[in-house]
Amino acid sequence: MAEKILELKHISKSFPGVKALDEVHFDLMPGEIHGLMGENGAGKSTFIKIITGVHSHDTGEMFINGNLVSFANPMEAQEMGLAAIYQHVTCYPDLTVAENIYMGHEKIKRYSKRIDWNKMFSEAQELLDQLGANFDSHERMGNLSVARQQIVEIAKALSTRAKIIIMDEPTAALTQHESSELYRITEGLRDDGVSIIFISHRIEDIFRLADRVTVFRDSRFIGCWPMEEITQDKLIVAMVGREIIQMFPKRKVPIGEKVLSVENLTRIGYFRNVSLDLHKGEILALTGLVGAGRTEVCESIYGINPSDEGIITFDDHEIVIDSPVTALDAGIGFLPEDRQKQGLILDWEIGKNITLPSLSSFSRYNWLDEGGERLASGQLADKLNVKAGNIFTRASTLSGGNQQKVVVAKILTRNLKVIILDEPTKGVDIKAKTAIYEIIGDLVEQGYGIILISSEMPEVMGMSDRIVVMKEGHVTALLDTSKCTQEEILNAAMVVKTPRTDAAVSEAREG
Amino acid sequence: MSEIVENRMNTKPNEDLKIRIDRPWSWKRFFFQWEWLLVIVLLLVILINSLLSPYFLSLNTFISTPATFLDKAFIVFPMMFVIMLGRIDISVASTVAVSAVIMAVSYNMGLPMPLAILLCLITGSLGGAINGLLMVKFKELSFVIITLSTMIIYRGIAYILLGDQASGGFPKWFSFLGWGSILGVPFIVICFIITAVIFGLLLHKTSFGRIVSGMGFNKMTCEYSGIKVNRVTMIVFTLAGLMSGVTAVFLTSRMGSTRPNVAMGYELEVIAMVALGGVSTSGGVGRIAGPILAVYIIGYLSYGMGLANLQAPVVLVVIGLLLIFSVLAIRIRFSVSRKNSAV
Repeated sequence: MAEKILELKHISKSFPGVKALDEVHFDLMPGEIHGLMGENGAGKSTFIKIITGVHSHDTGEMFINGNLVSFANPMEAQEMGLAAIYQHVTCYPDLTVAENIYMGHEKIKRYSKRIDWNKMFSEAQELLDQLGANFDSHERMGNLSVARQQIVEIAKALSTRAKIIIMDEPTAALTQHESSELYRITEGLRDDGVSIIFISHRIEDIFRLADRVTVFRDSRFIGCWPMEEITQDKLIVAMVGREIIQMFPKRKVPIGEKVLSVENLTRIGYFRNVSLDLHKGEILALTGLVGAGRTEVCESIYGINPSDEGIITFDDHEIVIDSPVTALDAGIGFLPEDRQKQGLILDWEIGKNITLPSLSSFSRYNWLDEGGERLASGQLADKLNVKAGNIFTRASTLSGGNQQKVVVAKILTRNLKVIILDEPTKGVDIKAKTAIYEIIGDLVEQGYGIILISSEMPEVMGMSDRIVVMKEGHVTALLDTSKCTQEEILNAAMVVKTPRTDAAVSEAREG
Repeated sequence: MSEIVENRMNTKPNEDLKIRIDRPWSWKRFFFQWEWLLVIVLLLVILINSLLSPYFLSLNTFISTPATFLDKAFIVFPMMFVIMLGRIDISVASTVAVSAVIMAVSYNMGLPMPLAILLCLITGSLGGAINGLLMVKFKELSFVIITLSTMIIYRGIAYILLGDQASGGFPKWFSFLGWGSILGVPFIVICFIITAVIFGLLLHKTSFGRIVSGMGFNKMTCEYSGIKVNRVTMIVFTLAGLMSGVTAVFLTSRMGSTRPNVAMGYELEVIAMVALGGVSTSGGVGRIAGPILAVYIIGYLSYGMGLANLQAPVVLVVIGLLLIFSVLAIRIRFSVSRKNSAV
């Protein structure tokens, strides 16, 4: 058997408050396509960044061709023949294809040290021809489709004479036809002796292409199987696991009357015909893969990017929401996904942050009642258990979990009935997570209706009453949490082609 | 939980809170402020001036002299708001010109002077509002391009209305605005103080000022928090226009007549004063005392150098150096305060 070209053993990596990788293994044969799968947040991205030298690992060993290596920066990884192609193509749209391919390692004339344009364009063309691409190396990058840009990225990897190419969800933005084109190219590379790590959420990609598949879950290595030894169902089970439903303090709260309903909401290019409804005291999980349109739907409900079509009914009244101002006035709050950019003013102290959405209720004719402000923000910070000495602590100095609590406190200053939480536990440690679940439990007990956008399967299963699954801008399933399995959810998020509704749920609602 | 907000009047300040809500006093924070440095610079300027010229150090210098440099200072306050939003308005000087010209032309066409002044202020506000509107409606356009365009357009309108001429002949009482004084204090100084107090309260004591600072730090968070960001932008730019109109009135009063080329370069001086006053051009940071001190520093600097018979270009060089120094000093200050907060 051939020598392993790449091998990683016991790799661990921590970020402040988060263990991103825990004793992970991986190996790669020459001329192999090795699939890498796992849910969002399973540690795949961190793993790639370690292989390519963007991050360095805390513990563990990495071998290339049997030699122990460690990279201080991406340059060193590139010199060892590693190249990565990322999910979102990172290119210079105003430059030509050839310039993009040779960015950073341009062809230089020997004596004059000037760029050898002729050579660069012709060699770029050779690479493109080799990949079977039918476009010119003089083309402006921005004029190309995503699929073609993807090919340019592959050509770029080849131009560095990479022996190992990592593809991070290359098919995520491609059509069926473009994907099969990519399959062909990938297989061509393999036949030329290049080893490929192929990361994808699409199970069909992996079964079509890979020789072996490795699965990560919760930052840990779960297993590695040759494709012929694993079935689709087994693969899903490996990704999902079967544990930790108990850590969620889901409380039995009587579900009240309908408070929000959305019918056929459409925003062209983002999502189409999305319908859902929400009751008082209910947690409705909205799940699906990253890019399925979950956040976009909620941003439309909240008025950040108003929808093109569709009806929003709130408290039996049809309302038009054209901005967060109207949404908040109506009684809908939103906890954005990126708390640092959208939720907080990091340079401000906790107290000022908390009262930002409700300044008008802390002022008369614009004149601020600073004492009342301090008291209210102090009480809210206290109630949510924000760990800080005083309310004048700058938000930027707080940990992720405490920052999230401050954002929740902001929402609670308003008089709301519906709260949309977009990935509320993203990037916070396990203790803060539990605290946030406690808070969510408190909120439904007080009668708020909650839409919980989440990619984490245990969170969805543990917290919600019902689950809406989205895929590529459509709702593919509406499930009753107590009666469905994780496999069903993943199936709807990754595989299902046509929308379907759980009959049991609609019966239960009508009855 | 929002009853906390509604019932706050009934709640007694309780000691049960685990988190402190009274700001602990810190000497370091009190003295570690940009404004103290400006005070020292101002004292230095006064000291150097009095060494350069024996006539400088007198009561007059502190009471009446400011009247010679305060005309443009009215724009400093709204410009401070604009810069705190993370933007810059370079059209203010042209707004001054077009407002002044419209005032003079309409008066000479028979409009009573009080109404002509009102028209001047309305013109200024309109000019600012147009800037704001363009900025809100065409988000893809940069504020530099927008205010550069209106800077050219407003100046052009002033030339079209008046040609390359002067227009004056205002009633006698009009000159009181720029030259008169009440109990020995120049009227313009009194107006400046009142304006400073109003803008200071607006910035530090109202929700509007709070939001301006917030938008400068992070506009997106403000949008997500239900702040009417477009309205705030409109108001701030309209204020810049209005105060340009005020400057136009005082400038015209002091000069006795106006021309289309008045107030040339005011925008740069005003921006320099705001920057020297410790207002960060990246937005968010700013306190009212800084720009006020900066107005006096630059004002006395040019005045004193005039007394010492230094030519105007030399004054420009010194102001430029001062500006570079201030930007550097602000950077040093920030790196130090970062270190402090990290501990």
